[in-house]
Amino acid sequence: MAASGTLLVLFLFAHAAGNLKIFVGEADFDHYAHWLREIGVPLLPSGWFLWIQRFGMLLAIGLHIWAATVLTIRAKKARPVKYSHRPKIQGSYAARTMRWGGVIIALFVIYHILDLTTGHLNPVGGDTEPSARVIADFAPSHWYVTLFYVVAVVAVGFHLRHGIWSAVRTMGQQTSKGERRAKAIALALSVILVAMYLSVPFAVTLGLVG
Amino acid sequence: MTTDFWTEGEPVVDKAAPDGPVETRWERRKFNAKLVNPANRRKLTVIIVGTGLAGGSAAATLAEAGYQVKSYCYQDSPRRAHSIAAQGGINAAKNYRNDGDSVYRLFYDTVKGGDFRARESNVYRLAQVSVNIIDQCVAQGVPFAREYGGLLDNRSFGGTQVSRTFYARGQTGQQLLLGAYQALERQIGLGNVEMNARHEMLELIIVDGKARGIVVRDMVTGEISTEFADAVVLASGGYGNVFFLSTNAKGCNVTASWRAHRKGALFANPCYTQIHPTCIPESGSHQSKLTLMSESLRNDGRVWVPKAQKDTRRAADIPEDERDYYLERIYPSFGNLVPRDIASRAAKNVCDEGRGVGPGGLGVYLDFADAINRLGRKAVEAKYGNLFEMYERITGEDPYETPMRIYPAVHYTMGGLWVDYDLQSTIPGLFVVGEANFSDHGANRLGASALMQGLADGYFVLPNTISNYLAAGPFPKVTASDAPVVEARKQVEDRIEKFLSINGDRTVDSFHRELGQIMWEYCGMERSEEGLTKAIGLIRALKEEFWTRVKVPGKGEELNQNLEKAGRVADFIELGELMCIDALHRRESCGGHFRAESQTPDGEALRHDDEFSYAAAWEYFGADGRPTLHKEDLNFEYVHPSTRSYK
Amino acid sequence: MDIKVRVWRQSGPSAGGKMVTYDVKGISPDASFLEMIDVLNETLILNGDDPIAFDHDCREGICGACSMVINGVAHGPEKATTTCQLHMRKFSDGDVIDVEPWRAAAFPVIKDLVVDRSAFDKIIQAGGYITVPTGTAPDAHATPVPKKDADAAFEAATCIGCGACVAACPNGSSMLFTAAKITHLGLMPQGQPERDSRVIDMLQAQDDAGFGGCTNAGECTTVCPKGIPLSLIGRLNSDYRKAITKR
Repeated sequence: MAASGTLLVLFLFAHAAGNLKIFVGEADFDHYAHWLREIGVPLLPSGWFLWIQRFGMLLAIGLHIWAATVLTIRAKKARPVKYSHRPKIQGSYAARTMRWGGVIIALFVIYHILDLTTGHLNPVGGDTEPSARVIADFAPSHWYVTLFYVVAVVAVGFHLRHGIWSAVRTMGQQTSKGERRAKAIALALSVILVAMYLSVPFAVTLGLVG
Repeated sequence: MTTDFWTEGEPVVDKAAPDGPVETRWERRKFNAKLVNPANRRKLTVIIVGTGLAGGSAAATLAEAGYQVKSYCYQDSPRRAHSIAAQGGINAAKNYRNDGDSVYRLFYDTVKGGDFRARESNVYRLAQVSVNIIDQCVAQGVPFAREYGGLLDNRSFGGTQVSRTFYARGQTGQQLLLGAYQALERQIGLGNVEMNARHEMLELIIVDGKARGIVVRDMVTGEISTEFADAVVLASGGYGNVFFLSTNAKGCNVTASWRAHRKGALFANPCYTQIHPTCIPESGSHQSKLTLMSESLRNDGRVWVPKAQKDTRRAADIPEDERDYYLERIYPSFGNLVPRDIASRAAKNVCDEGRGVGPGGLGVYLDFADAINRLGRKAVEAKYGNLFEMYERITGEDPYETPMRIYPAVHYTMGGLWVDYDLQSTIPGLFVVGEANFSDHGANRLGASALMQGLADGYFVLPNTISNYLAAGPFPKVTASDAPVVEARKQVEDRIEKFLSINGDRTVDSFHRELGQIMWEYCGMERSEEGLTKAIGLIRALKEEFWTRVKVPGKGEELNQNLEKAGRVADFIELGELMCIDALHRRESCGGHFRAESQTPDGEALRHDDEFSYAAAWEYFGADGRPTLHKEDLNFEYVHPSTRSYK
Repeated sequence: MDIKVRVWRQSGPSAGGKMVTYDVKGISPDASFLEMIDVLNETLILNGDDPIAFDHDCREGICGACSMVINGVAHGPEKATTTCQLHMRKFSDGDVIDVEPWRAAAFPVIKDLVVDRSAFDKIIQAGGYITVPTGTAPDAHATPVPKKDADAAFEAATCIGCGACVAACPNGSSMLFTAAKITHLGLMPQGQPERDSRVIDMLQAQDDAGFGGCTNAGECTTVCPKGIPLSLIGRLNSDYRKAITKR
C-alpha cells in the first residue's frame, strides 16, 4: 500500500502542478498538454512517454487496490461476528474512511478520465484544446459536475491525510516526535493538494479563467 | 500434648539438609545429589502445577535440562499467574551499592526478619542464589531500572538498612514473570513443555507411596483427566484468599496444596499470614478484593492519624500539632519504615482507638505533602506516578492533593506445605516451590523477598534437587486403570457431583465472604485463645451449612466458574479451621502471628523461644477430626534469637 | 445507582449468542464494573439462572485477564484503564450499558464474555524471548544499558497481553501487541542476536493465527490500558524491513 500509494501521490502533485498552468493562460495550458505527449522525443516516438506513464499509473493503482482488497478480506475474516454496539471511532476519522473513501476516489477517477481525458462525457474542445474542455466542464451551469469534483477532491484529501502518514509509518517511522511531524506534513500536503485541485474549477466557475 | 483440637505426633526431621558450615551447605548438597544422565532425562516426566515465578521458571529450566514437562495453570495463559502483581522489587546480595551488603547480611536480615522461625540452611541458600537470579533476569532482557551510567539501580526496601532491592518501576513482578513466561513459551514452542492452560488440579495421585500424577479438570469442557509423571511439583501459590478479601487474585486458591495435604503431605505453619500495611481500604459490601499500594510508598510518605478520636475534619483542615505521626513517634529509629507486621498492627491499634479515617474509620493517612515540598511534585511523580494514578482510579481521590488512605490487608502467606531442604514434601516425589511451601520466610517475610524466593526455587534450587529423586527413575508405568488412579478420579467426580446436587439457597461467594469475615476477625492481625476457639466453632458450623445449603448452578461438563469456586471454598473452609488450630496452639507472638496473650507491657510481640522454636507441621485431620502436630525443631547456629527492636 | 446492562450471552463455543438485558439496582458508585457483574450474578444464581461467565483475576489492572467491550469500547470509557479498574462512578443512574466479548476470529468465544487468547501465546512462542538457558548468564553489570533505552524498553514491556488492541482494531490486527514485544527486546543489548529472526517469526505467527493486517488506524493505542504508543508499530516495520533485506 505504501509503495504504490507513494507513486500515486507523486503523480497527484505533478498533475496538480500541470493544472495550475491554466492560470498562466489557456494557450500555455494547451501547450503544456501537448508537451506531455512530446516528453522523451526524439528518443521515444511521440506519445510514448505518456503511455508508459499511464501504464505505470495503472499498475500502481492496480497494486494499491489489490493490497487494499487483501487487507479488507483479511479484516473481514479476522472479525466474523460484528459488535452489536457499533464501536466508536476513537482513533482518526480519516483512517477509518480509507476503504470507502478509496472506492469513491476510484469511481471518480473513472469518471474523470471519461470526462476530461477521453472526452466521452464532455466532447468539447477535442485533444488539441483541453483548456476549452476544462472551461466547459466547470461552467456555472454545470454546478453538479463541479460539486462532484469538489467532493471527490476532498475525499482524496482525507485519503492522503491518513495515507501519507501511514505510508511513512509502514516504512518504519518510529518516534513519537516523528509521528507528530509526519502527521503535520501529511495534513499540510493534503490541504495544499486539495487547494491546488480546487483552485481550477472554482476559478472557472467564478469566471476568473476563460 | 493433646487437646480437644489437636494431637501431637512424632517430630518431623529434615533429612536432606547437610550440616557443617552454612556457607558450603548448598555446594555440598549439590555435589552429593545424584545426577541424571542427559540421555535419560527425556525419559522422565515432571508435572508442574502453576506458572508463576516458581512454576514458570522451574518448567522452563527443567525443560531446558531435557526433562519432559507437563505444565498446568488455571488462568487462560501462563503469563497471568499472580506473581505478575508484585510491585516493589526483588532482593539480591549484589552489594552494587558498596553499602556493606553481603550474602551473610541478607541471610542475617531474612532470619531476623522472619522472627527466628525459619531454617538457617534454607535462608542461607536463598541469599546465595539471589545474585544468580539478577544475572539470569538481566540476560533475559528484564528491563530493570537503571542509573544514567547504564548500571542497575537499587533501592532500600521494607525495613533494611542497605539498598539491595532491584526493581522495574512499580511492576517488578510483572517484568520478572514475563521473563520466566517467555523462557517457558520458548520451551513450549520447542515441544519440551506441554502447556495446559485453563486446567485445574483437583487431586493428587499416589501410587506405591510416591506422587505419580494428578487429576485435572479442563475448565473449558469440564473433562476430567488423569495425568502421570515421575514427579509432581506444586507451584500453586499461597492461600491468602481464605480471608475472601486479600490482595491475591480472585482465582488464587489452596486446592492443589490442600488436596496433597489430605493425601498425607504435612502443612506447616498455616497461621503465619502477612498483613500488608499499605492497601487501599474497603469501600463497601460489594468489595471483591483489596489492592495493595507498594510498600516503597513508605520511603517518602508519612503515616498519621488525628490525635483526637472521631475527628471528621478533612485532612487538610487538621493542623500539624493535632496530627499523630504514630510510627515516627513509637519507632523513632525506623519511623515509617518499620517491618510490615509492626506497621499493620500499629494501624489496627490506632483505628481500634477510634482515630481511624475514612469510611467506617478503617484507614490511616499516608501523606506525601512533605515529600512534594522537599523533592518537588515532578520527582514524586517520577517515583510513584503509576501508584498515584492507580489510587486515584480506585478511590476517585487525588493523592497529590489529599493524603492517601491506607489500611492493612492480607497479602502473603508464609505457611505452606512442609518441605525438606530439597523442597520435597513428606510424600516422596511431591515437590513444592514458591509461596506454596513454608520454608524460607519463617513467621514474617521481608519486603522484596517473595520474588527472590519464587525464582530461587524455580531456577536454581528445584532443578538441582529434583534430579536426586529422579535419578532412581523412570518409575514403573502408571495407567488409568490402576486402583489408586481410579480411586482418585472417582473422588473428584463424586465431589463435583455432590456440589451440583445440593442445590441449596446460598451462593458460593456468600460462604466465602462469611469465612473471610470469621478469619479476619479472629485469625487476622491479633489473635486470642477465646477468639480462635470461637472461630473454630463458627467454621465448623459454616462447613456443615456449606455442604447442605450451597447452590452451584450449571453442569460439570462446561465452563462453570461457580463450580470452580465451590471446590476452592470447600478447601478454604477446612484450611481455615487448621489455621485457627495452628494459631491457637502457638501461644506466643512471632512475626505475622500476634497473640493478644503474649505481648510486652508496651504492646510489642513477645516470642517464647523456649517453647515454640519449631515449625509446626500438621497432618490432616484424622478419624477423630483432630489434626496431628509434628514439630520440626529449629536450631540457630549463626543468627542467635534476639528480640526485634525497631525503636 | 440503578442501571440496565445488555450482555452478550453465548452458552458455548459453537452456540449462537445474543444480547440479553438485565436490571441492576442499588449499585454503589464506588463498586468496580466487575463487582457490578458479581452482584448481578449473585441474583442470577439465586433466581436459578445461569450466571454470566467472564474472565478476571487480579482485579488490579496487571494480569490482563479481564476483557469486556463496554458500549463499543474495549475496557470501557476510561482511558488507560482495564475493565477491572473501571468504576461505576464513571456511569450515570439510568444508563443502559452494552457489554460484549472481544470479537476476533483469533479469539474465539468460549462462553458469554470469555474468549480464548492462546493465539497471543503462540506469537510469543515464535520468538518473543531471549534465549538464555538458566545458569548461563554473565554478571548483571557486564553489559550496561543506557537508561534511555532501558526506560523505553520498560514502557513497551508493560503490555499486559489483554488483547484490547485486537478487539478495538477495525482490522482485528494484533500488531500493537507484537510491536510491544519486538520493541522491548529489540531495545536491550541482550536482545540483539535474535532481533532479525524474532520479527520475521513473530509476524508469521501473527498471520498464521488469523489476525488481520495493520492499516495504522490507531484504534489500538486509544484503548490500550497501558498506553502502548502506535509508534512502536513503526519500529516493528523498520525492524522487519531490515530483517528481510538481510535475509
